Amino acid sequence: MKMKRTFSALLVVLALCGVVGYSSSAYAAGDTPHPPKQDWSFSGMFGTYDKGALQRGLKVYQNVCSACHGMKHLRYRNLTALGYNENQVKNIAAQYSVTDGPNDEGEMFERTAIPSDAFVSPYPNEAAAKYANNGAYPVDLSLITKARHSGSDYVYGLLTGYSEPEHGVEVPEGKYYNKYFPGHVISMAPPLSDDIVAYDDGTPTTTEQYAKDVAHFLTWAADPYMEDRKRIGLRVIIFLLVFAGIMYAYKRQLWADLH
Amino acid sequence: MGSGQREKFDNPVVEWVDSRLPVFTLMQREYGSFPVPKNFNYFWNFGAIAGVMLVTMIVTGIVLAMQYTAHTDLAFDSVERIMRDVNFGWMLRYMHSNGASFFFIAVYIHIFRGMYYGSYKGPRELLWILGVVIFLLMMATAFIGYVLPWGQMSYWGATVITNLFSALPLVGEPIVTWLWGGFSVDNPTLNRFFALHYLLPFVIFAVVFLHVWALHICGSNNPEGIEPKSEQDTVSFHPYYTIKDSFGLLFFLVLYCLFVFFAPDYLGHPDNYIPADPLVTPAHIVPEWYFLPFYAILRAITFEIGIPFTDIVFITAKLGGVIAMFGAIALWFVMPWLDTHPVRSARYRPLYRTFFILLVIDFVALGYIGSQAADAVLFGLPLSVMGLICTAYYFAFFLVILPVLSKKEKVKTLPNSIHDAVLAKNKSHS
Ligand code: HEC
Ligand code: HEM
Repeated sequence: MKMKRTFSALLVVLALCGVVGYSSSAYAAGDTPHPPKQDWSFSGMFGTYDKGALQRGLKVYQNVCSACHGMKHLRYRNLTALGYNENQVKNIAAQYSVTDGPNDEGEMFERTAIPSDAFVSPYPNEAAAKYANNGAYPVDLSLITKARHSGSDYVYGLLTGYSEPEHGVEVPEGKYYNKYFPGHVISMAPPLSDDIVAYDDGTPTTTEQYAKDVAHFLTWAADPYMEDRKRIGLRVIIFLLVFAGIMYAYKRQLWADLH
Repeated sequence: MGSGQREKFDNPVVEWVDSRLPVFTLMQREYGSFPVPKNFNYFWNFGAIAGVMLVTMIVTGIVLAMQYTAHTDLAFDSVERIMRDVNFGWMLRYMHSNGASFFFIAVYIHIFRGMYYGSYKGPRELLWILGVVIFLLMMATAFIGYVLPWGQMSYWGATVITNLFSALPLVGEPIVTWLWGGFSVDNPTLNRFFALHYLLPFVIFAVVFLHVWALHICGSNNPEGIEPKSEQDTVSFHPYYTIKDSFGLLFFLVLYCLFVFFAPDYLGHPDNYIPADPLVTPAHIVPEWYFLPFYAILRAITFEIGIPFTDIVFITAKLGGVIAMFGAIALWFVMPWLDTHPVRSARYRPLYRTFFILLVIDFVALGYIGSQAADAVLFGLPLSVMGLICTAYYFAFFLVILPVLSKKEKVKTLPNSIHDAVLAKNKSHS
């Protein structure tokens, strides 16, 4: 028990040192700037997702990001929201295989993924993911735009924010300078460059466009019911306002007699 | 309750029930013909609003609990499943998480209303004390509820806050171990927190019942702070206040729904969408906004109390902070005895009014300070110093200003009756 206490105390002290060290290094480099606001079709009270952008974003995720990042909270069937029909979704799922089982003989087996399966993650677990990425963990992206301040702008900023080191930041071997990553030193190599994914709708195949589309897709993935939410919300607000208005008129009349 | 005169009801079924169990008589008496001062302003809506929010929390909470799994490996994912796979699960969850915030908004307004108009003074001391009990239970419930989704802030918030108890001398460490059910915040902690989170709202409900009962014994205070004297001063609760409360409630719900449907994560912290990880400490651990003023008081105490020039310490900085934080709320309990001034309403106590408005500003400033990093600087002034100043004012208000004003403050002339006050007001308006 004593050992454990000392150990956890040590951990806390270490963590605190980490936090202090981290924030002071961030200071030295000039605070991490806020990612610039982008023009998104989904912002505002009436904003909706752009299905074209979502489909292109899925493509970028599948061809690039999914090599390292999982999206385990999504299921292939959710992709109908992107405008795909059930057959297309079946075909997308069929590109992946999952471990299932045990079967009648008690063996685990591989089978083709079906629409009700969760997105297949590239690594079996966190340790394997870290091991393959020099100790850095490529986080699950299902919730990334909710898990960062101004998430959509941040993902776009991060993907387009690579450059030569600025402000004299030391970037160790195997790491990269990124303007918008806290502390500026990131373990993810710039994942995007021009023309790495083919688009079939004539949209330009630039890094910026890829970043924009994949951020759009990730925003949907984190908040798939946004359109329903806003639509229902609008009705609820209108209903409440009308009802409140009636009550107010009634109240005025009732109280007028009193005074 | 129970015995006494019954009302007469035309509906035979209602009459049959009422003659055996006079619930309809009770409702009629307490909410129908119940006489209430006729000069309430809109601040008197927030009791009813808080009640509706409590019911909203219980209803959405029970449905969430049907889908939620209280296990460290599953809790985060089960909340995500609610958000994605349960029909309207996202709505339930957003109603519940934003509901907590709006419940606190209503209750804070309700409490500060009581302070401004002197509602804590006799004969309403017990009514006030029950209110403070409700507030403490709400804080416990909301803190525990925030742990359930098992994100980074859940975990680290739970760790920081439960660790506070370790500041108590001798019993501190064993208490923390006992609370945790182990040597760190872990599965046993989450499990018992869920059990308590399910229980406490019903305890709140019971105390609310007592609170309302006490209210109906001594009657409502009002903006003038004088008791009703004749029938001219009151109206029946229904329809006058049922309608006015409905309007206030609907307006409040509009604001609540704007958050639920259009900015559902605005009041939350992004880190709580990262699954809890005991090995990664977030850069800033901040509690929910409704705890921030008290969190600032906790952090304001950075000095220890002991015998100067020796190593003897009676109260460590940490214990000092904990005492200050709990003391800040404990003071509310004794407020009726700190402020013994015979006049209730701040309308007729200009000095009290000024100091009270400063207290509200002070409280909001503390909230801001609590939201910032401990070493933050504003306009060249370290926030920790401002935190200490604001904390000092907070305590001075209750412990020095209230008792002194009780003895010294001269008041404006009170109106003869509520009716007179209303007439005078109507005249000045037309
Ligand atoms: C070669 C593997 C690899 C690929 C491909 C890759 N990433 Fe990453 N990513 C990583 C690693 C490793 C990290 C962790 C970086 C760190 O913590 O320093 C990371 C981190 C991130 C983060 C989190 C940054 C933060 O704030 O913590 C985001 C967002 C992200 N990646 C998005 C993407 C997107 C979008 C793509 C596809 C366009 C992509 N990544 C492709 C390896 C990869
Ligand atoms: C006084 C009333 C209540 C308050 C103030 C309250 C507060 C909270 C808060 C702040 C959260 C965290 C929300 C989040 O960030 O996701 C939460 C979660 C939760 N609460 Fe409550 N709650 C109340 C009543 C109840 C009741 C009666 C139940 C029924 C059992 C309940 C069940 C849950 C469940 C299952 C969760 C986890 C799911 C989630 O995080 O959304 N709550 N509560």
